[in-house]
Amino acid sequence: MFFGLSEEQLLIQDSFRGTLDRLVSLDRIREISNGNSSIDRALWRELTALGLPGLLIDEEQGGSGLQLFEAAIVATELGRSMASVPFASAAIMAPLALKHAGSDTQQKEWLPKIASGDIIIGTALAQAASGARRGAGVTASNNRLNGKASFALDASEADAILIADEDSNLYLARTDAKGLEQKNLPTIDGARPLSDIILTDVDVEHLGNGSKDCVEDIINAGRIILTAESFGAGEEMLRRAVAYAKERKQFDRVIASFQAVKHLCAEMAAELQPCQSLIWYAAYAYDNLPEEARLVVLLAKSHMDEVGRFVARTATEVHGGMGYTDLMGLHFWFKRIGFNRAQLGSPEKLRAMAAAMQGFTGAITPASSQTAAAR
Amino acid sequence: MDLTDRAEHKIFREEVRDFIAAYRHLAPEDTAHSYRLMPRPYSDEVRNWQKLLVEKGYANRTVPKAYGGFGAEPDILKSKIIADEFFKVNVPQGLYSQGISMLVPTLLEHGTEEQKRKWIAPTVRADVFWCQGYSEPNSGSDLASLQTSAIEDGDDFIINGSKIWTSSAHVAQMIFCLVRTEPEAGKYDGISYLIFPMDTPGIEIRPLQTMTGHPSFNEVFFTDVRVPKAAVVGGRGNGWKVANSTLAHERGMLSNANLSLERLQKIEKLLKTETIDGAPVGENAALMDRYIRLQARVQGMRLHEMRLITAASMGKPRGLEDLVCKLLGCEINHQLDALAIDILGEIGVLYDGIPSIDLDGVWQQLYMYDLGLIIGGGTAQIQKNIIAERGLDMPREPKTTKG
Repeated sequence: MFFGLSEEQLLIQDSFRGTLDRLVSLDRIREISNGNSSIDRALWRELTALGLPGLLIDEEQGGSGLQLFEAAIVATELGRSMASVPFASAAIMAPLALKHAGSDTQQKEWLPKIASGDIIIGTALAQAASGARRGAGVTASNNRLNGKASFALDASEADAILIADEDSNLYLARTDAKGLEQKNLPTIDGARPLSDIILTDVDVEHLGNGSKDCVEDIINAGRIILTAESFGAGEEMLRRAVAYAKERKQFDRVIASFQAVKHLCAEMAAELQPCQSLIWYAAYAYDNLPEEARLVVLLAKSHMDEVGRFVARTATEVHGGMGYTDLMGLHFWFKRIGFNRAQLGSPEKLRAMAAAMQGFTGAITPASSQTAAAR
Repeated sequence: MDLTDRAEHKIFREEVRDFIAAYRHLAPEDTAHSYRLMPRPYSDEVRNWQKLLVEKGYANRTVPKAYGGFGAEPDILKSKIIADEFFKVNVPQGLYSQGISMLVPTLLEHGTEEQKRKWIAPTVRADVFWCQGYSEPNSGSDLASLQTSAIEDGDDFIINGSKIWTSSAHVAQMIFCLVRTEPEAGKYDGISYLIFPMDTPGIEIRPLQTMTGHPSFNEVFFTDVRVPKAAVVGGRGNGWKVANSTLAHERGMLSNANLSLERLQKIEKLLKTETIDGAPVGENAALMDRYIRLQARVQGMRLHEMRLITAASMGKPRGLEDLVCKLLGCEINHQLDALAIDILGEIGVLYDGIPSIDLDGVWQQLYMYDLGLIIGGGTAQIQKNIIAERGLDMPREPKTTKG
C-alpha cells in the first residue's frame, strides 16, 4: 500500500504549481473577474502547453492519457492559484463524455481538438446532477433539443456544450447552432462563466453509447475536480491567514501570538488535513474501484463543501477588516469556494443521495430518480 | 497512490486471517477499550490472549526478542493489516494500556539495558499493570510546572507531593512518574522520569469519582516515598524530553480511526433496526444528514491514517498532518456518541445496570468518557496551540512566568 503521491505525480504537481505561481497574480485575477471575459485565455494557452485540456485524453488523440487522480492534483493547484480556466467542464466532463458515450468517429473528431486547446466545451449537467429548478428541462426528438438547460458551466464562452436531456442522454451542441440562446448569469465568482441555455429545435450530435450510470460517473468526475479545487483554495486561504497574522501587530505583538487567532488557524488546518486524504482516495477509487467511488465522491464533496465554507469565512475573519476589503483579494477564493459548493449537487443534496445509496430509503432519493418520478 | 498489497503483505494478510480462524475461539469477550472505560485487573482469559498475540507477533510485534517480544522488523503496513483484519471480524486486538502503549516505547528508546530486560516482557504480556504519574492538582495543561519533589538521599530519592488524574492507580503494580529532582534547575530541566512499585511505603491512593460513575481516575499522594536512583529513565533532569516522547505515543494511541469506524457501524445498525411508530429511525432525514456528515469525517480520518502510515513507512518526520489527529479523532468520537444517543431518543438516557439492553446503555458512558478524552492527554485547546505553533509555525504566547 502506498497512500500518497508518486514521483511522477509530485512532478506534475510541481510543474503546475510553478507555472501558476509565475502566471497568476492578484492583478490578473482581478482583471479577469472584473472584465468582459470570464476565462483567462492567455493562461489557458500556457496551460495547454503543459497538457491541461488533454490530461484524460489518450495519447493517440493528442492527450496525456492520465487518470482522474492526476487531474485532481492539478485541480488543487488551479484552486490554490485561483486560475480562471474551464477545467472541470472542458478538460474533464466533456472528454469523459466523449470517451464513454461517444462513437469512434465522434471521439476522433472532437478529442484531438479538445486536447490541443482549440475548442472549449462547456457542460450543461446541472439538472442531471441535482435536479431541475425554475422550469429547467430538456427534451430530445430526432437529435433536436428543446427546453431550458440551466446553470451551464463555462458554456457562455465555449465552442460547444455537452447537454444531458431528461432521460440522461448526452448531446453535443455547437454554441453557434441555430435556435440556441444563452443567457449569462452574473454570479459571485466573476471568473467562472455560468449561463442558462434556451433550446429551440437545436440540431445536436447524440453521444449514443451513454447510460444513466455513465452520466452519473461523468458528473462524479466533475464533483471530484471541483472538490479538489476548493481544497486548494481553502489551503491558500489558510496560508494567507497565517502569513497575515504573523505580520499584523496589535497590542505590541503579532496577532499570530494570540491564542484566539492561533486556535482559528489550527481549526482550519485540522479540518483541511483529512480532506486531502479523502479527495485523493475519491479520485483513486474513481480510477480503480468504481463501485466504491460512487459513495466516496458524495462524501468527499459534501464534506469539503462544509469545510470550505468554514475555512473561507474563518480565514477572512483572521484578516480582520482587511479581509473584508478588496485590497487583499482574499474574497476571490472565498467566492470560488462558495460557487463550487452549489455546483453539481450542494452538500445537503449529496448527503441525501449518499443515504439513499446505502439503503436508507426514507431519505430523499437521488436527483436522477427524483426527476424521473416527477414526470 | 497504490492501495493494493505488495506480495509480501498479501501473504502476511493471509497469515493473519489464518491465525484468527485457528485461534479466535480463545479470544476474550472484553476488549482493551472496555478496560479503558472501567479499569480493573485483567482476567486470566484476557492475559492469556495477550500472551498468545505477543508470542505470535500480533501485538507489540517490534519489541525485540531479548525483551520478550516477537522481534519483527518495523513495518507499519503489517501493523495496519493486523489492526484491520482483527477489526473486520470483531476479534479483540492486543491491549493498549498506558504501560503497553506508552511506557514500553519509552523504555525501548530511553531505558537502561537492565530496565528493558526487567520490565518490557511482563508489561507487554499484561502481567504488570502500570499507571502514569504526570498531572498534579496545580499542573495540568502546564505540566512542566509540576512540583512533586524527589530529594537525593544517598542512593535513593525521597518523594513528596501528589498526582491527579492517575488512571488505574488502584489496580496498577507500577507507576512511571515525573518528579522534580533538580529544584534549582529551570522549569524544563529539573524533571526526572522515575519508575517504581505502587506498594512502596508512603503511597496513598484515593479514587476520584468521575461523572461516569466509575472511579477510573485517582489522586495519588506521596509522603517520604523512598525510591532508588536506579529508577530514573533517560538520565536525571531529562524527564521532560523523555515524557514528551511518551506523550507523542499517547496522542497516537488516542486517535484510532477503527474505534470511530466501530461506533459508526453500530450507529448504522441502530438507524436500520430502531423503529418509531413502526418505521426505521433511518427514515428521519435530519438524523440521516448528521449520520452522513459523520460518515464522511470518519472516512476522512481512516484515509488520513493510511496517508500517515505511508509517510511513516517512508521515514518522514511527523508534521502538521500528524498533529491534528488527537483533536479530530476525539471530537468525532464524541459527536458519534451524541448522535447515537439522539437516535435512541428516550432509550438514549438508559445507563448501566439494565441488562436486557446493555448495548443502548453504553452510549451515555461513551459520551462522557470521550469528553474526558477531549480534555485528557492534552486538552483540545492545548492541541490547537501545538497545531498552530509546531504545524503552522505561529509564535508562542509571550511568557509571563519564569522558565
